[in-house]
Amino acid sequence: MIKVYQVEKENYEDAGKASSDIKRVLKSLGIDRKVLKSIAIACYEAEINIVIHSDGGEITFEIDDEGIIHLSFDDIGPGIDDLQLAQTPGYSTASTKARSLGFGAGMGLYNMKSVASSFHIESSKEGTHIHMTFV
Amino acid sequence: MLVKEIVDILNAKEIYVARDDIYEKNYNKGFSSDLMSDALMLLKDEVEDVLFITGLVNVQSLRTAEVLDLETIIFVRGKAFDESIIDTAKSLHINLFQTTDTMFETCGKLYEKGMRR
Repeated sequence: MIKVYQVEKENYEDAGKASSDIKRVLKSLGIDRKVLKSIAIACYEAEINIVIHSDGGEITFEIDDEGIIHLSFDDIGPGIDDLQLAQTPGYSTASTKARSLGFGAGMGLYNMKSVASSFHIESSKEGTHIHMTFV
Repeated sequence: MLVKEIVDILNAKEIYVARDDIYEKNYNKGFSSDLMSDALMLLKDEVEDVLFITGLVNVQSLRTAEVLDLETIIFVRGKAFDESIIDTAKSLHINLFQTTDTMFETCGKLYEKGMRR
């Protein structure tokens, strides 16, 4: 099963809808509640990051033949200057607008890493790619 | 602590209820934050039902609640909200209440009555 979702830059109203849908799909498949919550948290954080920090992107959700759940997030820039710094709890470059909506605590990437079974990130000026798996 | 008791303690107003029996639901734990990533981090391993208290009156507080399986939100400080909040609550089946108390007063009153983190 593969599903792809488009995510718009600074569309705060719809931010999180893709994560909601993915959670619904997984819930209907009877995924363990703890795993489901981990996936929902990681997906929501990553989706919000695309909305706040990028020029837009897409989410790819896949369950492979072995039952491993894959989430990929690809945006179209402007990328993250210092990946190590960006993964430090509390570090944030979020806008005032994003902060006023409850985001930009600097916990996003840290949260993703802490709940995913595997976490990979790469970034350039052309965009950021994150791939996470959950077992 | 039953939701009907919480509503009484906080003199809270019902904004939307997703199920009729919500007033009989019991909460021993509460969590308050206006920072959604903090909620996501600190409640990720929580298995009990938690009452979510926030001053963040927008759809993202509802989406955060959905991600964390939090069924009931108390909005503090009596802030105005628009129809999109109620539409989202309906689609996500989240119960919403509002109090004019501040976050500090809300947490203090519930703590005094025995609610804990």
